[in-house]
Amino acid sequence: MDFVLTEQQELIRKEVATLARSFAPDYWLEKDRKAEYPWEFVKAFAAGGWLGIIIPEEYGGSGLGVTEASILLHEICAAGAGTSGASPIHFYVFPPMPLIKHGSGALKRRYLPRIATGEIVMSFGVTEPNAGTDTSRIETRAERRGDGFVVHGRKVWNTNARQATHMLLLARTAPRDPARPFTGMTLFFAEFDRSKITVREIEKMGRAAVDSNELFIEGLEIPADNVVGEIGRGFYHLLDSLNPERILTAIEAVGIGRAALERAVQYAKERVVFGRPIGQNQAVAHPLALAWAKLETAELMTMKAAWLFDHGRPCGAEANSAKLVAAEAGFDACDAAVQTHGGYGYAKEFHVERLWREIRLYKIAPISQQMVLNYLSEHVLGLPRSY
Amino acid sequence: MNIVVCAKVVPLSSVTIQIDPATKRMVRKDVSQELDPQAAKAVEEALRLTEKQGGSVTVVVMGGDDATIGIRGALAMGATAAIHLSDPALAGSDALGTAKALAAAIRKEPFDLVICATESSDSYTGLVPGQLAQLLGVPPLTFATSLTVEGRTVTIKRQSEGGYDVVTSELPVLVTVTTGINEPRYPTLKGIMGAKKKEIRKYTAADLGLGPAEIGESGAREKVLTVGRPPARPAGTVIKDEGQGGKQIADFLANLKLI
Repeated sequence: MDFVLTEQQELIRKEVATLARSFAPDYWLEKDRKAEYPWEFVKAFAAGGWLGIIIPEEYGGSGLGVTEASILLHEICAAGAGTSGASPIHFYVFPPMPLIKHGSGALKRRYLPRIATGEIVMSFGVTEPNAGTDTSRIETRAERRGDGFVVHGRKVWNTNARQATHMLLLARTAPRDPARPFTGMTLFFAEFDRSKITVREIEKMGRAAVDSNELFIEGLEIPADNVVGEIGRGFYHLLDSLNPERILTAIEAVGIGRAALERAVQYAKERVVFGRPIGQNQAVAHPLALAWAKLETAELMTMKAAWLFDHGRPCGAEANSAKLVAAEAGFDACDAAVQTHGGYGYAKEFHVERLWREIRLYKIAPISQQMVLNYLSEHVLGLPRSY
Repeated sequence: MNIVVCAKVVPLSSVTIQIDPATKRMVRKDVSQELDPQAAKAVEEALRLTEKQGGSVTVVVMGGDDATIGIRGALAMGATAAIHLSDPALAGSDALGTAKALAAAIRKEPFDLVICATESSDSYTGLVPGQLAQLLGVPPLTFATSLTVEGRTVTIKRQSEGGYDVVTSELPVLVTVTTGINEPRYPTLKGIMGAKKKEIRKYTAADLGLGPAEIGESGAREKVLTVGRPPARPAGTVIKDEGQGGKQIADFLANLKLI
């Protein structure tokens, strides 16, 4: 068993850290305050070729795996960029995955090179108001018309829609069959036609820089060529997005936890109360030490899941477990960081409150902690399904 | 134009450097290392010249096996090839031993221009470039804050106390560059991917025709006698502002004839 990064992975880690840290915490504070998309950051990563990290080399990318993408997102988050920095970048990793794995040659040639350069901005249209994790009950439908499809329906929690040029969209192409509920859904790589899609932004607790939205789709036309993989098998193709999404959000949670911990440790060394640095008190030190241990553990689980995915092995249990423990570890680290800062932890200029607000999301998305436990109970432990 | 860049791989700037009390050498084992940020400026300058005029950039590094991460860093920036002088016999070489090893490696290459940092950012001796120029038999143009090549003529602006001197020479020459000369590029992901495929040639001391009389601990004429911390600075003057703070500071500075 080898836990050492390869020389190439080590270089990726170092160079991403340098680039990400060239955007100071105040940059993110400003983006959060103004609810401004971090275009400067995204463009810097596009210029460095980082957006093409998982796009195969023949389509202009670097052909690396979720392992390297995890190193990328870990360093972005550990630099203090939070989900505000991670979300715009991870949309170049997991939404294109089904296209890479299941898309036709023509579809890949048309879109992948433009994803690799950052010209295409992606969003991801799966969740609906009446179907959260219960994906088989989505109501958005794509009807055949001539050579293509016409889509009607609603999507919710659609991130990036204000900027998106394209969307990976899941829609029903056949009615739900209770005997085989996950068939009859089809995955489309759709152009984001704003004359047919109305975007309504949802105001939220954190990550103001990156929009989350409700979408109203009325008569969106999609050519048949833009079906990803097989008609009716979209859900199964989508799994190649969902597992990487869990792995990446897990590693982001670890990175955010590390950014918060770094600030807290620094503060605990410098802040002197009752004649000594507060970090000398075990009540301050132990939560930080515990946070470190939990972050390390979560990182190991996450990198194992990434390794399994990259080696084409089943990784559902590991990807879900990684998301579960990382969301917990990351949140605990941010919470301990706020507590360590005392009153200043509540002040924006110390940056940990922003991370605390942002990381709360990962106990909910992309899948709730409770649904992860349901998955593990049923699929790993073989317990009867509870719902 | 064929450019050789001498580079060093040093502990990350975030690492607190430890000195081994027995050998009085810097502890490098199990310490994360990187291409010296000073050397990165030399690589950057070489890349800018060859991007304009064509040619190759070969990076020469002397260091242990773990120096490859820094060598790949230089290749990821865009250097054409690298030479790694790696041999336990080289450990403990002084500046002159290092210059001899570098010179022996560089003589194997067709070169027009050698670029070095003014000094490394771990040991700061600044001795190697001058010695290397002497051994290679080329003029040293030092402390360059800018570097241009027109035909076979090299022109630098040489940093001086009051400004700069313009110095020119015909190729081949050795140039040392200062910190302010440029801002090195970030390697791109493509650069990192490409670095993996580029050649790193390894030379031992025997390949360079050097023996214990010239290199390593035995060949070193410099001896480190002691290593210590700089003396603690005396406590400063604390001025507490009780309405007269500004005046007190002004008086203090006026006493030192600073204002």
